[in-house]
Formats: sequence, C-alpha cells, structure tokens
Amino acid sequence: MKTTIKLLTLLITGSMIFTACKDKNPGNGPTVYYEQQDQMARPAINTVFNANATDKEAFNVTVPSAMGAAFQSKFQARLLALNSAYTTNALTLDAKAFTTLLATDVLNVSTTGKTTFFDGTNVLTGRALNDDVIDVELLLIFGGPTGTGNPGLTSDHVNANDVAFSTTFPYLATPH
Amino acid sequence: MKRKKILFAAIAAIALVTGGIIYAADHIDAPSVTNQTTDITDLYVFQGANTDNMVFVANTQGLLTPATTGAAKFDENTLIEFNIDNNNDNIEDLVIQCKYDAASNMMKVYGPIAPSVTGTRSKIEGTATASVKVTPYGASAPIVATKNGISVFAGPRDDPFFFDLDQFHAILAGTAEGFRNPGVDAFAGTNVMSVVVEVPKVALGGSGKINVWLETKKKV
Repeated sequence: MKTTIKLLTLLITGSMIFTACKDKNPGNGPTVYYEQQDQMARPAINTVFNANATDKEAFNVTVPSAMGAAFQSKFQARLLALNSAYTTNALTLDAKAFTTLLATDVLNVSTTGKTTFFDGTNVLTGRALNDDVIDVELLLIFGGPTGTGNPGLTSDHVNANDVAFSTTFPYLATPH
Repeated sequence: MKRKKILFAAIAAIALVTGGIIYAADHIDAPSVTNQTTDITDLYVFQGANTDNMVFVANTQGLLTPATTGAAKFDENTLIEFNIDNNNDNIEDLVIQCKYDAASNMMKVYGPIAPSVTGTRSKIEGTATASVKVTPYGASAPIVATKNGISVFAGPRDDPFFFDLDQFHAILAGTAEGFRNPGVDAFAGTNVMSVVVEVPKVALGGSGKINVWLETKKKV
C-alpha cells in the first residue's frame, strides 16, 4: 500500500513537472546541436593528399586553424610519393611551402575582383563553375618549376563541363 | 626516361598502399560519409552576375544518375554550413546555414551571421533570412526565392565537376602512363543535390579577401 502511494505520488509529480515544462516552453524544446561529418574547401585535397581512411576521417573533422599542424608533414610525404622529382612548382613553392598552403584547406576568395581558381593571371581568388581545377592541381603537383614537366600528367584533357552553365541564378545546369 | 620510370614506380607503390582508391573533388571522400546526405561533393564561391553579390554553392550526394535523382532528398537532420573567415585566422567569423524542413519542403537559410560558437558543433543561429521550396526533379525551371537581398535555390542539378577520374585511377594503378587526349569526363551525365545562396558582398565583411569552407553537420 505504501509503495502504491509512493508510486502514485511519483506519477502525479512527474506529470505535473511534465505539464509545467510544456506550459513554460510551448513548442520550444532543448537546443538542437549538429556535429560535423564532412568538410571541404579546395577540390580534391582530402581525396588526394590523405593516404588512408583514418586520415581522411580525421581531416573532415579538424578545424582549418588546426589543419596545418596536423597534416602538413603528411601532405609533404604524399606529394613526394606522388612526384619523387618534385623541386618547386609554377607558383615557385617548394614541397614544404606548397603543402603548407594545401594543408590548411580553405578557399581564398576575393571580394573585390575576379573570382577564379586560376585563369592565367589571378591565382586562388575563388572557384568558378567552369574553372579547370584538376588541371591546375595536376600542373602544380607534376609540372615542375616551369609547368612543362611530365606533360602526360599535367592535364586530363577534360577542359569543360559536359553541359553549359547558366549566366543567371542559380547558374548550375538543369539535371540530366 | 629513367626519371619517368621512377615516378611511375612511386605512383604504383602509392596505389598499392591505398588500394588504388582515390576519389574525386570530395565525392565519397571518407567511409563515414559515403552514400550519406552529409557527403559533400564540391564547394564553389564566385562573384554573381550582379558583381555586388557573392555566390556560394554547396553540392552534396554525388554521382546521382537520371534513374536515382528523382528519389534523392535533402535531410532534415543535416545542416549544410558555409564558413567565412574575414580576418585571415582560418576561424569562422560568419556562417551561412542551410537546413531543410521536410514539413514545408523548404530549404531555410540562416545568416550570414556571427556564430555563437565556432568549430565542429553548431546550432541554428538566429531566424531564417530566406527560404525556398525545393525544386523537384524534372521541373522545367528552377524555383528561386529572394528575401533580404539573399537569393536561394535548392534541388537537383547537373554535377558541374569534370575530371577523367577513370584514367587517373589507371595511372595510379600503374596500368597507364598518362592521361588520354581527349579525356573522358567521369562526371558527365551525373547529378548532385545543390544549395545555391547569393548574398550581397557587404554582408561578408573583411577587407577584400575572405576564406571559405563548407561543412556538413548531423543532428546530435
């Protein structure tokens, strides 16, 4: 009997608290949080420069301000494995300087001028839809100081998208 | 010639180490995001047709074929977040958050706004600044909405990325010495789920340069 009363009291108290909560916060539950799963900025960095699944997963949840310390030396080893003859590239960056740039994976964007990954003049001022970003990266990895090294590896010879982009918002093409 | 041989030997060795698995821009980049609504394929940031504006493109859920695109959906539990650093310390000063609401079939945009907390865990910041109905697959024209100077689109689009990925795989596997000419675009004919947000540049702060990165976050 005593137990029944206790249970009853618990039930009533419980439902009172529950009702009180509901009344105080109508339609307003606890704060919802979202936890990071994937991130990217420059194209093909995680896919090419992290060699194993553990590093790929870690890269996706490392804040950019901590990426350099965590990944630069691994990226440098990877670069030299991809191209053991690497000295400098067309941006005059040696292996350490180039991988320092790449390991902090943010897209540098100009808010005052042309936005392009590389257009022959502007370097890393954004990324436009028709930028041939893969050729730029292949050239910087394999092309040597003048960009003329390893000619078979510095362009994939796919120079544009398969369909044209729009000049008006939302710019991307209708799906296939 | 000798140098070339050494290079290919090095590449082949890497292919062995990684099992030859090298993906694309960011499509299926790590096991835990593969085939998830959180899988980013690409980020684009460029000046708008109106050069006072900046355009942010987040593409997710890549390699959709015409047969699978109709069933692809945005996920209420996935937050798509553009991070903007405007003082060059690689820490976000502003975010633009995009969150799908299934009940209304709308993509809601929050920001650009200074986040209450930075890093890998986020909450929705402020109230929606713009929102748009998701454009269904097969629609003759994209559905676009503009509010507070912010334009937004959400829905399936052609994957704008292009790359002869198959030949790159062959090179890494040691079965090819170089790229083909002409190459073959492995992403031709495939679609992605896109969110496109265009905002006035004055809302981005900074002094001519910003750093941007794209994150997806999953409801805890």
